[in-house]
Amino acid sequence: MKVEQISIFIENKSGRLAEVTGVLGENSINIRALSLADTSDFGILRLIVDDSEKALKVLREQQFTVSITHVIGVAVSDSPGGLTTILQILDKNNVNVEYMYAFVERSGDNAVIIFRFDDIDEAISALSKNGVKILPSKRITTI
Amino acid sequence: MSQPVNFWNRTAECLPREEIRQLQLDRLQNTLSLVANKVPCYQAKFKESGFQPGDIQSLDDLCHLPFTTKDDLRVNYPYGMFAVPMRDVVRIHSSSGTTGKPTVVGYTKEDIKIWTELVARFMTAAGVTTEDIVHIAFGYGLFTGAFGLHYGSEAIGASVIPISGGNTDKQLMIMQDYRSSALVCTPSYGLTLADRMEKQGIDPRSLALRVGLFGAEPWSEQMRIELEQRLGIIATDNYGLSEIMGPGVAGECFLKQGMHFAEDHFLAEIIDPDTGAVLPDGSVGELVITSLTKQAFPMIRYRTRDITRFNYDTCECGRTLARMEKTRGRTDDMLIIKGVNVFPTQIEEVLFQIEGCEPHYQLIVDRENNMDSLEVQVEVNEHIFFDEMKQQRQFVIQAEKRLATVLGVSAKVKLVEPASIKRHEGKAIRVIDRRQQ
Repeated sequence: MKVEQISIFIENKSGRLAEVTGVLGENSINIRALSLADTSDFGILRLIVDDSEKALKVLREQQFTVSITHVIGVAVSDSPGGLTTILQILDKNNVNVEYMYAFVERSGDNAVIIFRFDDIDEAISALSKNGVKILPSKRITTI
Repeated sequence: MSQPVNFWNRTAECLPREEIRQLQLDRLQNTLSLVANKVPCYQAKFKESGFQPGDIQSLDDLCHLPFTTKDDLRVNYPYGMFAVPMRDVVRIHSSSGTTGKPTVVGYTKEDIKIWTELVARFMTAAGVTTEDIVHIAFGYGLFTGAFGLHYGSEAIGASVIPISGGNTDKQLMIMQDYRSSALVCTPSYGLTLADRMEKQGIDPRSLALRVGLFGAEPWSEQMRIELEQRLGIIATDNYGLSEIMGPGVAGECFLKQGMHFAEDHFLAEIIDPDTGAVLPDGSVGELVITSLTKQAFPMIRYRTRDITRFNYDTCECGRTLARMEKTRGRTDDMLIIKGVNVFPTQIEEVLFQIEGCEPHYQLIVDRENNMDSLEVQVEVNEHIFFDEMKQQRQFVIQAEKRLATVLGVSAKVKLVEPASIKRHEGKAIRVIDRRQQ
């Protein structure tokens, strides 16, 4: 249920993002989802890829600072109010969202939201109890 | 005064200046004739300088003799500088050489006796008495710090806890349970203890701690304030180096107005580190020390590389011994930023304390709008990389805050990618000063 996400430290200078995607591309690693948080000096790039173990290895070889974190993906109907229901469940159960990002599935019916929680297990249990569909890891890495 | 002034050896510590100088001259002549007879390195040096020990008629003549440097000690490794046969040596210590071989020093029974007395002097001056429980968190071993303070404390009659370094949680448990009242460690470890106490919710006022004797590294007045507030103690500084003896060369009384220098056993000169010229009293410069009573390992004009200044006025506590200012760091790598002396080693310590690892860093000193600026670039590694921006920012803020406290000047911390700091023969280039360009 948990999805492996790779975080990469990137200095804020031109061309760095392209170097990361370049390394992944050369090694036939496909990026499934991505988000970038940045400050004026540096950014943290978060990626979900089809082979995170390999991605971790090749990025480390290129001297990038990387880490693996666990996130979950939730399918939300691509209609107004879909996200609110989920956030309300989390709020009621006192689960904190550290950050989140979203993309739309290829079929276009569902939006997929990637969540990073301070307590992932509690989040999974709260969402499952309330009937929220958590996507299997496979489904996200092969989007 | 907030507490009674105690003396370990009142006569020696309050000698009139004229008597100090006469005693120094007598003892200097003895030491010079000892080394001229027993130590080949000094025989060669004297010969080369054309100035013989017998030519010394006053303390001012000392400037004609050559300096002794760390290189001399390396060349004569391990026992070449000893002035007594090994059968008279009862203890060996060694300095932590960062490059090449460490320096080996030796002590006779008499040397240990004097060392013990000099440590007992400054500990007494700082306020340690027979009632105290002294918590020694210096590492026991070849390093002189722990044994020096250990012997001094026992001479005073205090109760010694030889806990040694490391294992911070255990240190705190013992501090609470055994009621440690005097703390002996490096100032940076003092802050580590304070951090851990805060984390564990230990109120320093619930402890018996009342005085800290910090040494073995340069530290700032800001750091003193922080240590005093966060540990609820009087934080005193002391100075020593293994080549000279170890701790006890100088130490502060509880008035904290400079470290009383054991002038009856050591002679201090302040020189210009570039020209070697002796500077007038009260100048800032490199400290050069000549031992006056040491038997096993006498030192003539040893260049300490430490930058300081002396005050020859009698202290409010009554001691006439000259007071040495907190060392401002080493001649080798000192930077002056906004008029404040900054040493790369201080920055290393701060970074080390925050996450317990030593990242590569580089200091960029520049001038913006006629003001000096300091940027500390830190290479991110997996210990200090967080997936959450909040934590990553927190790391930067904490590092900046701590740097400002320790350095006494503000610094901007910039995180950079691994291996982006240029290295020279495997070593990162520590400082880039763009002000001269």
